[in-house]
Amino acid sequence: MTANGWLQFALFSIVLLLFVKPVGLYLARVMEGERTWLSPVLRPVERLIYKLCGVQAEAEMNWRQYAFALLGFSAVTMVFTYAIERLQQYLPWNPQHLGAVGPDLAFNTAASFTTNTNWQFYSGESTMSYFTQMMGLATHNFWSAAAGIVVAIALIRGIKRTTSATIGNFWVDMTRTLLYVLLPLSVISALILVWQGVPQNFNAYTAAHTLEHTTQTIAQGPVASQEAIKELGTNGGGFYNANSAHPYENPTPATNFLEMWLIFLIGAGLTYTLGTMTGSKGHGWAVCAAMYILFAVGFTVCYWAEAHPYKVIHNAVQTQTATAPGGNMEGKEVRFGISDSALFSTVTTDASCGAVNSMFDSFTPLGGMVPLSNIMAGEIIFGGVGSGMYGMLIFVVLAVFIAGLMVGRTPEYLGKKIEAYDVKMAMLYALIFAFIILVFSAIFVLRPAGLTAMANPGPHGFTEVLYAFVSGAGNNGSAFAGLSANWWLNVAIGFDMLMGRFLMMIPVLALAGNLAQKKTIPPSPGTFPVNTPLFTVLLIGVILIVGALTFFPALSLGPILEHLLLNARQLF
Amino acid sequence: MQPISNSHLPEDELAIPEWQRAHASAAPVAHAVWGTAIRFTILTAILLGLAYPFFVTGIAQVLFPHQANGSLVLKNGQVIGSSLIAQSFTSDKYFHPRPSAAGNGYDATSSGGSNLAQSNAKLAQRMQADIDKIATANGGKPVPIDLVTTSGSGLDPDITPDAAYYQAARVARTRGMSVEAVRALIAAHITRRALGILGEPRVNVLELNLALDDLAK
Repeated sequence: MTANGWLQFALFSIVLLLFVKPVGLYLARVMEGERTWLSPVLRPVERLIYKLCGVQAEAEMNWRQYAFALLGFSAVTMVFTYAIERLQQYLPWNPQHLGAVGPDLAFNTAASFTTNTNWQFYSGESTMSYFTQMMGLATHNFWSAAAGIVVAIALIRGIKRTTSATIGNFWVDMTRTLLYVLLPLSVISALILVWQGVPQNFNAYTAAHTLEHTTQTIAQGPVASQEAIKELGTNGGGFYNANSAHPYENPTPATNFLEMWLIFLIGAGLTYTLGTMTGSKGHGWAVCAAMYILFAVGFTVCYWAEAHPYKVIHNAVQTQTATAPGGNMEGKEVRFGISDSALFSTVTTDASCGAVNSMFDSFTPLGGMVPLSNIMAGEIIFGGVGSGMYGMLIFVVLAVFIAGLMVGRTPEYLGKKIEAYDVKMAMLYALIFAFIILVFSAIFVLRPAGLTAMANPGPHGFTEVLYAFVSGAGNNGSAFAGLSANWWLNVAIGFDMLMGRFLMMIPVLALAGNLAQKKTIPPSPGTFPVNTPLFTVLLIGVILIVGALTFFPALSLGPILEHLLLNARQLF
Repeated sequence: MQPISNSHLPEDELAIPEWQRAHASAAPVAHAVWGTAIRFTILTAILLGLAYPFFVTGIAQVLFPHQANGSLVLKNGQVIGSSLIAQSFTSDKYFHPRPSAAGNGYDATSSGGSNLAQSNAKLAQRMQADIDKIATANGGKPVPIDLVTTSGSGLDPDITPDAAYYQAARVARTRGMSVEAVRALIAAHITRRALGILGEPRVNVLELNLALDDLAK
């Protein structure tokens, strides 16, 4: 580990935290329907969309209507993308004449992008036409990101409102998120990315005649426009197979910094939105602090592990010098070295992004356990746009509940009594996640479909399968990418992703609806304050205990076992 | 949908838990949702899937045409590669890039890493074999780690300054140049950290090799 590596972490932390308040305030203004500086341009577009879609903008929905609109919209967009993939040979902007995507892969990919997962069992450059990438995939990067944000906002409204039957209007929330938040930031970011070297064209792949007189075909495409929303919407689906390790997706350390910042931007800002909308800014910062501490711990472990590889080869320089990063460089790029690779990997799995700038399959066991554990914790460390916030609020409800049990009082959260129904919904959320991961993984490590897909032998092969279902259910989309696709895995991970998204969103919206109709009660001396460092510590404790109790047995069979065996120089 | 914004419930209905209440409005709403969903999908798909990328392409092609078209490198009017994409160099007179797991090596239509685990004996065997091969061709052991590890993309255009200096003697010998001249050329081609902080120092292999060829003229 180097001083410069830590300096980069410190710089990233400062920039991240500086933007929490302005972004959070802006999000609150947008979601409360207030005027913003973009309104003169965007308000007419917004009105036009309502008119053309038949949306009654002033009508509000109860939680069931909100959930139904969300599910209906997601179903329509999923069918839309499936159809584009299956018909891409008849559609425009396909200069490489790529054929139709197979039905199981098309289902897996449509589910993947609808659920904000962006798990990719294909290589973008050899499977998807430019039209499919833009219309079928990049559109979902906007839609699914906005869907996550609006659910988080609906839950925050539920906490804020008293004796209200409604939690907002799904179509209005979607439209405003797309127009005022995601689109403008994407345009600016995409242009910065092009300036740094990310291509943005519709050219056929370039045939280059190299200095040693061979031919190299170089994939092109409208990459920058997709790259920007891929990070901002915590989607993570790469234009190319190598994702953000590809020099065309992430050409310089500056683009790497920008991409990491975009991944955390909205998730971090939403903590302030929570604080300002519920009128308890201290609570927003307490949640933000819990997220930041977990982020810093994850980075430290990952950075240390990748800088200290196991001594299984001889006569190679693996110590860090001023002019070489050393460490475990298999699957990492020279321009990022160890520290930027560890930082990006922590960020992308703290959030539900899943873009990667280095290959997790080749990480050290403990280094690779950090991304795995981050997703297992529920991606609540700043988290996926929206999904990180509502996931964290589930843990907040559990933390408040446990605090209430300890003092023997009915737990309260920001003036709302937390009762049996609320805790049941929170526990449903936590249990559905663990259930789908562990059941699917258990089936596939016993069946030929899972065993033959593994690329590496020993405990690492188990980790590959476990990671796939964790990543799918967590809607992350990063992979121990050696795992190869087959029909069973395409279908199983497809359902893993759909269940991890929608089965978990429904309890959240139910909780929102139930909280919205409650009365507010004034705080009493017995109320556990949720804006103190003590609350931050309790929240971290609940996250670690729930995560550890659920997944430690699985981790001990995978990365922990592999680490112990590698320490004893045991290879497979 | 509820006709009144943020409507308030009567007191007596509050006594009933939310999930037990009747929801008479659910049925007529179902029809409206599908129509709105389909229209919303088509309209926003045109905005986000066509208007947005074409708008960005238009501006990018005007402001940054070189980058927007892939940072291609031309020599005598012919595309010889991209400064961002590694290409194969095997001749002793050129600096060599990192090994590549993209396709059959440096395939820029099939990016990717080896995905070999640290605990996989194949990885240790491959690295050890490469170390011996590279040490024989160059200045002996130890070998910089980036020269025996495949990158994440398989298209990493850079090597570390250490890896460039390590190959300097071989390149100088093959070209009949002094080692000092080659080392000076490497020093002139080191890309420093952005703002002195971000990323790692590196040398672009294609640009360095082009400079070598220019020097030879």
